[in-house]
Amino acid sequence: MGSNSLHVLKGIDFSVEEGELVAIMGSSGSGKSTLLNILGMLDELDEGTYDLDGVPIKDLNETKAANYRNKFLGFVFQSFNLINYKSAMENVALPLYYQRVGRKERQEKALKYLEQVGLKEWAGHLPSELSGGQKQRVAIARALAAEPKVLLADEPTGALDSKTSYEVMDLIQKINDAGNTILIVTHEPDIADMCKRIVHLKDGVILEDKKVNQVRAAQYV
Amino acid sequence: MRQLFDKDTWAEIFQSIRKNKLRTFLTMIGVFIGIYIYIGLSGASKGLDNGFEKQFESVARNSMFVFSSTTSKPYAGFKTGRRIQLKLQDVEVLRRQVPEIMAIAPRNVRGIFGTSPGVVSRGLKAGNYSVFGDFPEFTKIAVKKIYDGGRFINDTDIDLERKVCVIGERTQKELFDDDTDPIGLFIEIEDVNFKVVGVHKFAGGGPFDNDGDIFIPFTTYRKLYNTADNVAWFTIAAYGDVDVVKVEQDVKAHLRRIHKVDPTDEKAIGAFNLGAIFKKIFGFANGLTFLSLIVGVATILAGVIGIGNILLISVKERTKELGVRRALGATPSEIRNQIIIESLVLTMLAGIVGVVCGAATLKLLDVMFGGKDFPYTNPTVPIPYVIGALLLMIVLGILIGLIPAQRAVSIKPIDALREE
Repeated sequence: MGSNSLHVLKGIDFSVEEGELVAIMGSSGSGKSTLLNILGMLDELDEGTYDLDGVPIKDLNETKAANYRNKFLGFVFQSFNLINYKSAMENVALPLYYQRVGRKERQEKALKYLEQVGLKEWAGHLPSELSGGQKQRVAIARALAAEPKVLLADEPTGALDSKTSYEVMDLIQKINDAGNTILIVTHEPDIADMCKRIVHLKDGVILEDKKVNQVRAAQYV
Repeated sequence: MRQLFDKDTWAEIFQSIRKNKLRTFLTMIGVFIGIYIYIGLSGASKGLDNGFEKQFESVARNSMFVFSSTTSKPYAGFKTGRRIQLKLQDVEVLRRQVPEIMAIAPRNVRGIFGTSPGVVSRGLKAGNYSVFGDFPEFTKIAVKKIYDGGRFINDTDIDLERKVCVIGERTQKELFDDDTDPIGLFIEIEDVNFKVVGVHKFAGGGPFDNDGDIFIPFTTYRKLYNTADNVAWFTIAAYGDVDVVKVEQDVKAHLRRIHKVDPTDEKAIGAFNLGAIFKKIFGFANGLTFLSLIVGVATILAGVIGIGNILLISVKERTKELGVRRALGATPSEIRNQIIIESLVLTMLAGIVGVVCGAATLKLLDVMFGGKDFPYTNPTVPIPYVIGALLLMIVLGILIGLIPAQRAVSIKPIDALREE
């Protein structure tokens, strides 16, 4: 925001393979959200390189960034960030609108992804008529609709109770099983344990980067 | 541009307008009132304009009356207080010397200016009416509507000094039975038989017009009342594009010269310049139109600025939504265009509603006041004015939309999303 630059990340070096499910952990101020924002092209890096699917991401202007985000990335936010005057289906269809997909195809695809997250019957409902877990599932469907290379989730379970959190994680695991690459920022260890790899950040550096045995969320549901 | 013609863009915009009803309403009300006032005022001033025009439609717009009086200065050996008498011969001189004159009609009259009216009778019915001695040229200056089957005095009447007359509506009513066609019948003016050749419809506007007036040929009048070449006054119409005040001065100057009056004697030759008065009246109407233009444009401007203001607030309110849209891949130009088109749509919608309501109000006023004594007829707003107002709104709507649009894209999506 300000004109002063603040170095949050101090040398992060890691790569993610296709099909991975990575948890980025750390206490607040560790730089995990900044990392995710840079990966999501919402924030700019001032030093270093970032390659996505073999494409060097650099010198982005807003328009270019918007196009990359639209093509490569799907976002899931802690506070869902659904557009409150659009129905669940319209929310899911929104990234497709910016991909210039035709109306009919958009609706078909939106319904397909809503079905995948188990909310097909709720397609016509506004976000205010949905529970927190349902909202997050709509948000996940929206992130999937653009068929992105990477799904970026910023504390996707942060606003949910643990039962609902596990339901959402179960969904994320299933999507990952289908071959999607997913990065999750979280500070909850049990959520991190449901991923395949955990990256611990502290004060802008990687403290630990380990593969873990995935805990299936389905057993808690 | 692609965005402008895309059905989805409009669907998006109408959804966002529809879902924010209060905002939409508040936004539109300013522009609505602006255009409503603009249409109402300019229509009303046009109505007044038309009303004046209608009241004076029977008289040439740039006409004047020139008459004589007594001198107020001694000149060329004559002492002051001499009575000046206009003569028929003056006409030829004026025609030759003042080319701006389109028509000049010397007139004589009995029944006004203190003279006794003509005594007119038909059988047992009788009455006193103003009697005018006229040339056909008079109708070029003041339109006399003659009822079907009749005519005004013509050149042959003048040449042959025919005893024919054109009577007024009231004269007809008073001298003839209701079911009698007066054309071809005779009435007596000063005990002389005159054949009625026309009945003229009364149209107000001229200073001495009356619904009982009787017109007879100038030459016949001169014999009847023994007036020789004397003329009571000249009715003069100038061409449409000349300065009537200058024509008046020229005519007066020539008459002063002919009748040996001091060139600076303002009293001897007088004039009543209708053209100059019309000019003032229409100047007033034009001033009103201009005023309504200024007020209307200012109000529209205020309304559009109001739209910009409310859109600015709404952009602030929608920061998060716009951030989400951008995270999902909306480019800055798409966001910017959306805001601008929203602004434009709101402006135009408000404008069109305002035009329709304004037109309805004008219609209502026309029904209430139109066609009566009040000079207010057919209040309309010229189409170019309406189109001009709408164009102004398009331009202003886009310009004012630029401010919130620029603000919307100046916030980075990351900051937009961070705001809770």
